[in-house]
Amino acid sequence: MASVETHAEAAARFVRDDARVHWHDQAVWFVRQKRDVASRAVPDWEALRERAEAIKAHTLSNLSAYLEEFERNATRLGAVVHWARDAEEHNQIVHGLLAEHGVRLLVKSKSMLTEECHLNPYLEARGIEVVDTDLGERIVQLDHKPPSHIVMPAIHMKREEIGELFHATLGTERGLTDPKALTERARRHLREKFMTARAGLTGVNFGIAETGGLVVVTNEGNADMGTSLPPLHVASMGIEKIVPRAADLGVFLRLLARSATGQPVSTYTSHFHGPRRGSALHVVVVDNGRSALLARTGFRRALACIRCGACLNTCPVYRRSGGYSYSWIIPGPIGSTLAPARDAGAHASLPFASSLCGSCSDVCPVRIDLHHQLLGWRREIVARGLLPPGKRAAMAFASWAFRGRRRYELLGRLGRWFLRTLPGLAGALGRGWTRERELPPAPRESFRDVYRRTRVQS
Amino acid sequence: MVTVALFVPCHVDQLYPQVGMAALKVLERHGVKVEFPEDQTCCGQPMANSGCAEEARPLAERFLSVFGGYEYVVAPSGSCVSMVRNHYPDLLPASDELESVRRRTLELCEFLTDVLHVERVEGRFPHRVGLHRSCHGLRELRLSSGSERNVPAFDKVKGLLSGLEGITLLEPSRPDECCGFGGTFAVNEAPVSTLMGKDRLADHERMGAEIITGVDASCLMHLDGLIRRAGKSIRVRHVAELLAGEA
Repeated sequence: MASVETHAEAAARFVRDDARVHWHDQAVWFVRQKRDVASRAVPDWEALRERAEAIKAHTLSNLSAYLEEFERNATRLGAVVHWARDAEEHNQIVHGLLAEHGVRLLVKSKSMLTEECHLNPYLEARGIEVVDTDLGERIVQLDHKPPSHIVMPAIHMKREEIGELFHATLGTERGLTDPKALTERARRHLREKFMTARAGLTGVNFGIAETGGLVVVTNEGNADMGTSLPPLHVASMGIEKIVPRAADLGVFLRLLARSATGQPVSTYTSHFHGPRRGSALHVVVVDNGRSALLARTGFRRALACIRCGACLNTCPVYRRSGGYSYSWIIPGPIGSTLAPARDAGAHASLPFASSLCGSCSDVCPVRIDLHHQLLGWRREIVARGLLPPGKRAAMAFASWAFRGRRRYELLGRLGRWFLRTLPGLAGALGRGWTRERELPPAPRESFRDVYRRTRVQS
Repeated sequence: MVTVALFVPCHVDQLYPQVGMAALKVLERHGVKVEFPEDQTCCGQPMANSGCAEEARPLAERFLSVFGGYEYVVAPSGSCVSMVRNHYPDLLPASDELESVRRRTLELCEFLTDVLHVERVEGRFPHRVGLHRSCHGLRELRLSSGSERNVPAFDKVKGLLSGLEGITLLEPSRPDECCGFGGTFAVNEAPVSTLMGKDRLADHERMGAEIITGVDASCLMHLDGLIRRAGKSIRVRHVAELLAGEA
C-alpha cells in the first residue's frame, strides 16, 4: 500500500491560510445558495428528484440491455461505438482514432472521464497537442494542475493568479485582472485552436438508449465549437451515463443545471444524433471499474451520479479544505464514495473526510444517500483492516467499557476525576481536541449519581 | 399515563448531568411517568461512525435488551436517537423487537410535539437565542424542514421554544450548516472541525445571539470548547434546559 497523504493532512495545510479558506468557502457557498433559489422555483422539485432516482435505479438494474440498445441505435445513426474495459483501453482507442485521422491537435470539452483515464498525458506522450477548451479547464491545464472541482475546475484560483498565469502562458499584459478582459483573451486564444484542430473530443452527460443520441451540456458552447469544424468527433462516455428514453431528459436536464450552478438550464444543451455530414462520430463507452461497483449492492447507488457538483458545494468540509486535499480526481462527498471503490487502501482517509452532516444527501438531485455511503465505506475500510490500529484498539476498548454497567460507571468516575485533577495532562493527551478547544467540564456527579441521590428512595 | 424510559447518552450522563435532569423535568411536567434504566451505557454510535461495526454491535444488542420493554424511549439527543432508529439495522438482524424499539425511540422535542402533541411549553426565557440545528436531528430525524429540500417549512424545536415567554429566536445566516463536531471527525480532522465551529459561532454572534441552543450536547460541547478558548461571552445551553426554564 503506497503511503498517500491523508485528507486530514492536506486539509490542515489548506486551512492554514485563514483569509483564503474563507474566500474559498464563500465562493463555493454562493453557488450552493444559487442552487437553493433555483430549486425552490420548481414546485415539484422533490418529486423530480424521486423520479430521477427511480430512473437511474431502473437503468442500472438493466444496464447491459440499455447499453446494447444504445449501441444498436447509435450505429444505425452512423456513429461507431467502441467498448473500453479500462482507462488504458480507452486511451488506446482514442489515440488509435486520432492517429488514423492524422490528428496533431485535439480540442476537448469538459470530461471528468478523460481526467479519470489520464488521457491528456497519454496523448501528449505520443506527440498530440491536447487543448482543454472549457475556460476553467484551460486555466488549470495551463497551470499544470488537475481540476479542483468537477464543475468549476479553477474555483480555487483568484483572478489575480489567473492574470499572472495568462501573462506567463498566453502573453497577456502584466497586471490584467479584469475577468471580462481575461476571458476575452482566453477566447481569442481558444478560437485559434478551434480553427486548426482536426478532431474534437467531448464528454457525454446523457446517452439515450432508444435513439442512440448523445447529450452534452456546457455553458460556453465549447463542445459545439470543438465538434462543428473538425472531421472527427470522439465522445467518451462512462457506462452509467445511459438513460432509457429521450423523455427522461425532461427530468434530468431540469435537475442538472439548477443543482450545478443554479441556472434554470445550461447555456448550451447539445444533442448529437449520429455524425455531422462529412465527419465521423466515435463513441467510446468506458467501464473502468464501474461494473465492479455495480456488482456491490450496498454501493451501486453512487453510479447514479450526474456530476452536478452540488454535493461539493454544500459540503462544509470540501469548502474548507479545497479540491486538492482529496486523493482522487473527483473531490467532495461523491468522490469520497467513488474513490475507495477503486482502491480502498490508497483512499482510506476519504470516507472519514466528512462530519456525516448529511447535507450532500439532501442536495443530491438523484438522491444518492451519500453520507450513508461514506459510512458504509468506513465499515468496509475497517473490515479490510485499513483503519490505523490505534484507532481500532481505542474503539475496541470503549466497546468493552460500555458492555458492563459497573465498569462503565467506574471508568466514567475515574475519567472525570482525571479531567478535574490533572487537566494539564488530560489536555496534553488529548491535543487533537485541545489545540483549539477547551476540555469539557468534568462534574463531580454524573447524571445517574444525581438521579440516584435525588430520585431513588431506598 | 404514558411511561417513558429516559435514554441519557453517555456523554450527557458523564459530562452534562444537568441536561439529563432538565429532560426528566420537562417530561414529568408534561404528565409523563419517567424511568431511568440504570443498565444503559452507550448506544454504540462512536464505534459505528468509525466503521467499527463489530465493536458497535454488542452495544446495540445491549440497548435492545435494556430498553425493549418500554412504551417509549426518549433522549435529549438527535444524534443518538438517529443511531438507534436509522443505523441499528446496519448492525443487527431484522426482528420485531428491533423494529419496535426503533419506532418507539424518540428525541425529546419530537416526543413532545409528535406523541404528546404539546403546542406550547410553559416557561420564561428572556434571552436572545440562536438556534443550532444539529445535523442528525435535522437530516436524519427531520426535526425541521432543512435548507436543502423544497418542502413546506416546519421546525419542531423552534415551535416549542417560541412558546417561551420573552425569548427572541435568531436565525444564523446559514440556517443549518454543520458545526464541525462530527464525533471522531472532531479529532481526526481537527483543523477543519474547529474552523467549521468558529464559523458557526461568528454567524450566531453577528446575529446578536447571547445563547446558542440545540438538541445535541455533543455539538454544544464542541462549540463551548471553542467559546471558552477564545474567551467569548456567548454561551451554549441544551434545548432541554431552556424548556425546563433553566438559564
